[in-house]
Amino acid sequence: MIRYLARRAGHGLLMLFGVSILLFLLFQAAPGDFLSEIKVNSQISPETIAKLRVQYGLDQPLPVRYWQWLKSSAKGEFGYSFAYNTPASTLLWPRARNTLLLSVPALLISWLIAVPLGVLAAGWKGRWADRLFSGGTSALLALPDVLITLLALLLALKTGIFPVGGMTSVNAQDQGTWAWLRDLGWHMILPVAALVIGSLTIILRHVRASVREVMEASYMRAAEGHGLPRLKLLFGYALPAAANPLISLFGLSVAMLLSVSLLIEVVMSWPGMGPLLLEAILARDLFVVIGAVMLSTAFLIAGNLLGDVLLYAYDPRIRRQA
Amino acid sequence: MKAPFKFTWAIWFLLAIHAVVVLAGFIAPYSFETQEREHPYAPPTRLHFFDCSGKFHFRPFVYVTKTSDSGLMEYKQDCSQPAGIKFFPQGDRYNVLGMFSSTRHLFGVQAPANLFLIGTDGFGRDQFSRLLYGGQVSLFAGFVAAAFSAITGLLLGGIAGMYGGRVDDVAMRFAEIFITIPWFYLLIAVRAFLPLQISPVTAFLLVVAVIGMVGWGRPARLVRGVILSARERNFVLAARGFGASNAYLLRRHLMPLTFRVLLTQMAVLIPQFILAEVILSFLGLGIGEPFPSWGNMLAQAQQYHVLVSYWWMLVPGLAPVPVFLAYHSLAETLQERIKSNI
Repeated sequence: MIRYLARRAGHGLLMLFGVSILLFLLFQAAPGDFLSEIKVNSQISPETIAKLRVQYGLDQPLPVRYWQWLKSSAKGEFGYSFAYNTPASTLLWPRARNTLLLSVPALLISWLIAVPLGVLAAGWKGRWADRLFSGGTSALLALPDVLITLLALLLALKTGIFPVGGMTSVNAQDQGTWAWLRDLGWHMILPVAALVIGSLTIILRHVRASVREVMEASYMRAAEGHGLPRLKLLFGYALPAAANPLISLFGLSVAMLLSVSLLIEVVMSWPGMGPLLLEAILARDLFVVIGAVMLSTAFLIAGNLLGDVLLYAYDPRIRRQA
Repeated sequence: MKAPFKFTWAIWFLLAIHAVVVLAGFIAPYSFETQEREHPYAPPTRLHFFDCSGKFHFRPFVYVTKTSDSGLMEYKQDCSQPAGIKFFPQGDRYNVLGMFSSTRHLFGVQAPANLFLIGTDGFGRDQFSRLLYGGQVSLFAGFVAAAFSAITGLLLGGIAGMYGGRVDDVAMRFAEIFITIPWFYLLIAVRAFLPLQISPVTAFLLVVAVIGMVGWGRPARLVRGVILSARERNFVLAARGFGASNAYLLRRHLMPLTFRVLLTQMAVLIPQFILAEVILSFLGLGIGEPFPSWGNMLAQAQQYHVLVSYWWMLVPGLAPVPVFLAYHSLAETLQERIKSNI
């Protein structure tokens, strides 16, 4: 178990290294930096800019800068935000927490809906059921996430039941923990719902397809022939047999959710990593950009590791291999 | 094998919609930058067959609309000023594919009247015309970017599969990085390192390059798989025995085998990449004003008052839906074919 996990974690760590090197290479190729943006400001003399350049270490060659960044990452700072004049981590951590606050519930809800629904859908037979399912899911799949989010926002604006954008109400902090939590939950409903709708369909399709495949197997036919009740057949036999690829998909679905979440955060002005990333780009605050991408990759790798653990716990064949 | 109905349908639909956006200048009644300053956020113009007195006309017509004097943005029809829809009227100058230019449009109405099929935006620009011009940007950005990443994938995947060993390891680890990072993050990060203020043409090329660069991983992996298995097939071994070089084998024998996989991959990637362009422009990192793209048109709907009051501003978000549906069914059929052939 330990060895298997250590190997997977090592792989993830290597991946993070690869991503960081890639990002620094891009950084190097980038024309202009934060300082070339303030150069436009005539109040700042060229000498000051040159001094800042030395201070920020932007005059150093790439390997030196990368090494500096690695050192600061080891301290947990992830480089320096030029625009806010603090270590990038002080900006990233609270935002990352907020992003997780959306993505984790959305991930759980999507799977909790997709698995039972997908298994049941695999049980429906006949042309009409097939058509209904594939028609419905492909329509949802073709709907751009941006539009779903805008529609959710429209719902909030029109009905006035849900809060419009943001994470908490202005005065939420002074009303005690419970009121604050309730307020937060109320603000979470729409973004989480949009996120679930945006990510549910793909999971649903995969669940149905893999359960369908298992249903074709001869032992399933035999079980059916013995007159096992339909639900027991589906959930007791087909789902466990089909679970393996689905558990792997669990890890991958984290990436999808993070991507969609970025967009939803921007539209719904949820103070997550998405808006931060966008601001950082407009200000050319490149260490924050690097930090945000690294963090999202780290979440993804964590999701994959979780998937690996689940798979290990679930499938004895993998235990033997490891 | 006979092509299923939805497959043929999807191909015809895609051909038609691409033809429409290429001919945007001709089909759109206005140019994408014509501003009718008197008509901001005008609702879709109503087409009539019956006039105010209830009389029937064969030629559909519209009434001249004016904002009411109350200061609220309400448009009133003026029953005394009907204007019939004309075919092939004179209008703004346009050109198609930069080759021929004309001032004849497919349809339109005479001057004081306006024909806004899906309303106007805040500057009084015709949404329908902008939707067609925006389709040029969005559809072709997706297409070109997909072609770009398919070609990159073909080259890198081909080399990795052919030479194997160290080369294969490096190329595939590299591809894996691109596949793993949550892809919006990667997309936006790559965009972050490029200049912000640029001309529209550069912006288009840039967006295409960024999207293509982010997406080459998956086709590369697929191509590598095909080549790896084909490398050991007898006709390849025979050619090698006759002294064919690696490069020749790749070009002549192996790459043609990847054609079907790549075609399928294109059908999967194009809608994804159209969406990528829409999102980049939506976030203000893609194509900029005054040039329309479905993304930057939709960005205007982010303002709360626009979102609540003017539903037609959401149409650019719906426009990709039929295109995506068509591409998805194309991809599905192609995938089934590959599966059933192996």
